Amino acid sequence: MVENRPWLTAASHAVLILGVLAVAFPLYVTFVASTQSFEQTLQMPMSLVPGDQMVKNYSQVLGAGTTTGSKAAVSSMLVNSLVMALAIPIGKTAISIISAFAIVYFRFPLRMFFFWMIFITLMLPVEVRIIPTFKVIADLGMLNTYAGLTVPLIASATATFLFRQFFMTIPDELAEAARVDGASPMRFFVDVLLPLSKTTMAALFVIQFIYGWNQYLWPLLIATDESMYTAVIGIKRMIVGSDAANEWNLIMATAILAMLPPALVVMLMQKWFVKGLVETEK
Amino acid sequence: MAQISFRDVRKTYGTLQVIHGVSTEVADGEFVVIVGPSGCGKSTLLRMVAGLETITGGEIAIGDRVVNQLEPKDRDIAMVFQNYALYPHMSVYGNMAYGLKIRGLAKSDIDARVKRAAEILELGAFLERRPRQLSGGQRQRVAMGRAIVREPAAFLFDEPLSNLDAKLRVQMRAELQALHRRLGTTSLYVTHDQVEAMTLAHRMIVMNAGRAEQIGAPLEVYATPATTFVAGFIGSPPMNLIPQRRGERDVLLGVRPEHLEPCAAGDAMLTVDIDLVEPLGSDTLVYGHLAAANGSGVRVAVRLHQSVDARTGHLAVRYDPSKAHHFDPQSGQRIAT
Repeated sequence: MVENRPWLTAASHAVLILGVLAVAFPLYVTFVASTQSFEQTLQMPMSLVPGDQMVKNYSQVLGAGTTTGSKAAVSSMLVNSLVMALAIPIGKTAISIISAFAIVYFRFPLRMFFFWMIFITLMLPVEVRIIPTFKVIADLGMLNTYAGLTVPLIASATATFLFRQFFMTIPDELAEAARVDGASPMRFFVDVLLPLSKTTMAALFVIQFIYGWNQYLWPLLIATDESMYTAVIGIKRMIVGSDAANEWNLIMATAILAMLPPALVVMLMQKWFVKGLVETEK
Repeated sequence: MAQISFRDVRKTYGTLQVIHGVSTEVADGEFVVIVGPSGCGKSTLLRMVAGLETITGGEIAIGDRVVNQLEPKDRDIAMVFQNYALYPHMSVYGNMAYGLKIRGLAKSDIDARVKRAAEILELGAFLERRPRQLSGGQRQRVAMGRAIVREPAAFLFDEPLSNLDAKLRVQMRAELQALHRRLGTTSLYVTHDQVEAMTLAHRMIVMNAGRAEQIGAPLEVYATPATTFVAGFIGSPPMNLIPQRRGERDVLLGVRPEHLEPCAAGDAMLTVDIDLVEPLGSDTLVYGHLAAANGSGVRVAVRLHQSVDARTGHLAVRYDPSKAHHFDPQSGQRIAT
């Protein structure tokens, strides 16, 4: 589109620049605070120039957490977060793609009933059913375990629906051709559907990785033991009381560390992610 | 190599019957075309042979085995689909080799078969390409290659040329004929295009509303259509059907457009009021309706071997009575003369 309206161009740029500042400035402040000493962060106003404590702060939190708040090492929190953020997308993809395969390619009694049952669970995310789910997990003795952290978040109507929609765009003749070629249903699934679903799986992985990494409420309830803290919960536990008692430089360093992996996943998988959302290999 | 037998084959969906009992034999090595308008059940019939649709009644046998209860893979057939149904993520080689791999053939054997099929179909240069990097005609050939490598008892074709443009269709039609001459495999071919049916078939099955209206060699079907439906479906423009009284009974007189010849007004058997003239170069099509004198304003077409200047006016025509057909107006059945 070619337009020559200088005022409009200026105005739209102004809006965009404001937007970027609104998002980027807090990130910058976080970074600056994470490089200063505790005393520097307490100055009013805080300096907006990066300090020289970066290495010290980061190695402090990675090794031993904060001194006033939680003393759990952030490195083990990052591992916990990583386990959670990987288990959720992998589990979700595995379960959803198989359910979608069943719903699209097999005729069994009450097929549509089961599809709608799955679909209706969209209305029941973890936050809504958190008390009964907590009770179940607690009774099963799964508090402070990786299974307790991830299993309740794995069942997913969204992903099932996404794969179902994708499978429905694959021409029926492809399944028929595979049948004539002698492929069993599972063989067709492995040899044809899985390779065709690669981009969809990649897109789902990115979305679900971030979903798993950023989980707050659920791990807050389940992970009561320091060794099971995720990075997001770790930040919460480092904040103990009045403003001056918190080591903001260390908390901000943890925040930066917690932000990096999702950003990395998005950047590294960006090509696949976009492909999965806009095109299919057919 | 095998013959295919249909014995009173029926298909119903719930209470809706779509195939009303088809019986015929396809001889070993024969090329039989099932032709009919859309919705006549021709694809369903083919898919019943393939095993992609269940058989509600009757029997289908391939060779001497009744295949009603067999899975597609156990029927020893290969199918070419209208949209080719190539595996998009596999190379041309992979597409052709997939069925053989599943059947557990040795790698060297698979390789030899794929190479030979590629050579027959001139696909040698494309073996490493993906289907989406190929043109329509090349994809069509890969689909055929996938069928050939299996060396099945029969080929089943489901409108394989209808996704191609007109010029390519003519070329692929010739290639199909050459391929069948070379391999001699029993083939069942479904199409809605009567030209494809006429040119490819040893015998054709003309279907209408789930019934086989006529089964016979193309020229025989053309020369002696069994019903008014066949008369109208085979041949373009279709046969003219003119209500007449013949002695005691009403009949439909059938005359093909090319069997009407212009003549002097005095000798005219029919007089046509011209509505439209289509010059085709080699010949000219004249569309019009019968003048009130010989009937009823029925629309007729005439194929002339000379050009006509007139855009309107009258055209006096006659025909050789031995080339005329008669049908019963109620049942549509041919009346033997």
